[in-house]
Amino acid sequence: MARQPEGPPPPPTVQKLRIRYAKRGRLRFASHRDLARALERALRRAQVPMAFSAGFSPHPKISYIGAAPTGTASEAEYLEIGVSRRCDPDAVRVALDESLPPGIDVLDCVEAQAGTGSLAERIDSSRWRVELVDTPVDDVRAAVEAFLAADAVMVTKRTKDGTRDVDARAAVVSAEVAGGAGCAILQLVVRQLTPTVRPDDVLAALAAVADLHPPLPPRAVREAQGRLDGSGNVADPLDPDREVRAHCQGERTPA
Amino acid sequence: MTVESLYPRLEPLLAQVQKPIQYVGGELNAQLTDWDDAEVHWALMYPDAYEVGLPNQGLMILYEVLNERPDALAERTYAVWPDLAALMREAGVGQFTVDGHRPVRAFDVLGISFATELGYTNMLEALDLAGIPLHAVDRDETHPVVVAGGHAAFNPEPIADFVDCAVLGDGEQVVGDITDVVAAWKRQGRPGGRVELLARLARVEGVYVPRFYAVAYAEDGTIASVTPSGDAPATVAKRTVMDLDEWPYPKQPLVPLAESVHERMSVEIFRGCTRGCRFCQAGMITRPVRERTITGIGSMVDAGLKATGYEEVGLLSLSSADHSEIGQLATELADRYEGTNTGLSLPSTRVDAFNVTLANEFSRNGRRSGLTFAPEGGSERIRRVINKTVSKEDLVRTVTTAYANGWRQVKLYFMCGLPTETDEDVLEIAELAVEVIRAGREASGTKDVRCTVSIGGFVPKPHTPFQWASQASAETIDHRLRLLRAAINADRRIGRSIGLRYHDGKPGMIEGLLSRGDRRVGRVIERVWREGGRFDGWSEHFSYERWTAAAAEELRPFGLDLDWYTTRERGQHEVLPWDHLESGLDKEWLWDDWQEALSEEEVADCRWTPCYDCGVCPTMGTEIQIGPTGRSLIPLTPVRS
Repeated sequence: MARQPEGPPPPPTVQKLRIRYAKRGRLRFASHRDLARALERALRRAQVPMAFSAGFSPHPKISYIGAAPTGTASEAEYLEIGVSRRCDPDAVRVALDESLPPGIDVLDCVEAQAGTGSLAERIDSSRWRVELVDTPVDDVRAAVEAFLAADAVMVTKRTKDGTRDVDARAAVVSAEVAGGAGCAILQLVVRQLTPTVRPDDVLAALAAVADLHPPLPPRAVREAQGRLDGSGNVADPLDPDREVRAHCQGERTPA
Repeated sequence: MTVESLYPRLEPLLAQVQKPIQYVGGELNAQLTDWDDAEVHWALMYPDAYEVGLPNQGLMILYEVLNERPDALAERTYAVWPDLAALMREAGVGQFTVDGHRPVRAFDVLGISFATELGYTNMLEALDLAGIPLHAVDRDETHPVVVAGGHAAFNPEPIADFVDCAVLGDGEQVVGDITDVVAAWKRQGRPGGRVELLARLARVEGVYVPRFYAVAYAEDGTIASVTPSGDAPATVAKRTVMDLDEWPYPKQPLVPLAESVHERMSVEIFRGCTRGCRFCQAGMITRPVRERTITGIGSMVDAGLKATGYEEVGLLSLSSADHSEIGQLATELADRYEGTNTGLSLPSTRVDAFNVTLANEFSRNGRRSGLTFAPEGGSERIRRVINKTVSKEDLVRTVTTAYANGWRQVKLYFMCGLPTETDEDVLEIAELAVEVIRAGREASGTKDVRCTVSIGGFVPKPHTPFQWASQASAETIDHRLRLLRAAINADRRIGRSIGLRYHDGKPGMIEGLLSRGDRRVGRVIERVWREGGRFDGWSEHFSYERWTAAAAEELRPFGLDLDWYTTRERGQHEVLPWDHLESGLDKEWLWDDWQEALSEEEVADCRWTPCYDCGVCPTMGTEIQIGPTGRSLIPLTPVRS
């Protein structure tokens, strides 16, 4: 028989909280593992009453949804935590934000509402903003036009099992180019397929179709994640929880 | 003069290297002071990768102590991996600090903490990347004063050409004294230039300025004399901090984003050790024992956990179970953190200080990790030689008790190549491990018990009774390790429960050269660095061939070689390169202890038996500070899940 730790099992999850956070500035170089460690420690520092898994190595109940690649910034990273005592989501947001190093910033925290489905189901696309420093806007625009006109643009990705060819074009829903201060700005809406197509894959595709080579590594920021709606926009994945909550409160306290 | 951040120029390079997070700083509890708000600017370096250097307690302590001074600022810098170093050279970006990304070249002092001699090439790489001349004599008053500290600084002779100063002993107070000297010199308009500054530093207790000491050699290659010049003292004595409760550092331990080698918070529960293990340089040079009190430890644990969010607290020292209040401490900390998934851990436990109650208290609220014991020597005979006496029966009984009480994994640390050691002494490790597994299976009623034997080659160190000893050759070490592996694997039914981790003998020879080397070894280090030597503590970067070739070439003009520095036994009256550097240990006492080692005689711990005159306390004006204090931890109410 498998050995069990002595003592009572850990207290159950009584509430789930869904959290949106940003990684900004220098901390864009943090990997997903780095962020996970920082978040776990911050939850302890913030004294959030985490629920734990059972067993000899109890782990706090945290699920991470997606993760922006190392080197890219994000305004829209998501995670879900289970707590063993009911908490005010706003208080958790403030306490957790204060406990994280500057550059990892908690933007939103809502209570997961029953019957709204999982957070992961509400995310299938990302909106990216990519800054190409010292790169002429017209060059980028021409490259993007060539890219969008192609049926498929294969790029080679490095994966942990070697390399893999992936069609970058298939994942891109839209790509727009604008001029910024000393740089070109590329706005992308990208479907989250497997394997994932990331901004650097799109850049590799632009190099392949139009020989576009920015002089410096581009800076990418994930601006939003969520479900793609009919008009090509990315919906806020926390909205369903907010809507249910507003509805319930509306019933309880009629205006 | 304001100093610009190198970050904008560094950032594009970071997108092209492995693990860029290690170069960006921004750790929790990191501090950044405006350049112009400080008179004296310290860059503190740990000369190894960030993941190894960041958790270093010494550097964290000095970082806080210096940053608390209104007139000083301290930032951290670590060794840069070759991928980034190449890009930095190409882009003309110098060695930088991770806090403000300021160029190391712009600081007043560059303090480097050497836990091991294998960081020497990384120091040269950092100096070169920083644009600081490698040789101290080539620097002018615009260059930082390069100060070496840490245990390896007790023999800084191999790096004497590259450092301006070495600091002996505890750093907490001496960094303040150095700051005072540098501040005064700067305020006075830098009179007398760099030489005057160094002359003033040489008058600070614990600071050794190698350039003021002339070394002469005899015909046989040994040192004939070491002669101080000017008013440099004949000998430099180490610094000792008394009353650890007054130095509760680090108060705000740094928490990295990146993964590091110690994913826990640490509290130093005492400093120094008088167990008298003859191989142990740390135990010899940090005497006497100075305990932090139970209440002092309790408040550091509380403050540190709040400041970091770590889920494990390591209670550090050279032999933590020896703390006079350890049992009470374990129970009261476990009570305090009941239900919070906060684990406590000890680095390793002496077999004779272990008990199950203590181990249970340590793992009451956290994950039950393995237990680690360090018998060090395979046979009872060799354990008498090294003065770490424990009988085989006691060892087996202790480990079996652990298995019987639910532990499944026990790690045993050993050394190979100890003075007087024979093949048989090492083979007894296998017998011991087999017996441990047999008894463990019986006691636990399961075959699911493991024992890991971890073994490395012994390197004789300065300021220990073994400083005169012949180091075993790499061939001897490798031969004995092969025998040991064969013996462990002889019976697969038992052997499969025993893991063997070992390091081959080659790196130990180089560590030996650097540990007991003199100033002539500096040429070897420089040549190895020029030929690409970096990160010598990492097997994938360490090149034994590069070191042996450089040693042969550079030592030949002196009629010396690698063996002369390593496998040669020294005579009683030989002038050792570090004789003018005082750990407080009486050289005659060390020699007597060496002779007693050879005749397998033990020496007791002076905490519990009368003083045996090692010399430290009277020479240094210090005393043993131990409890018990009779105090208890005040109850706290941490959050429970």
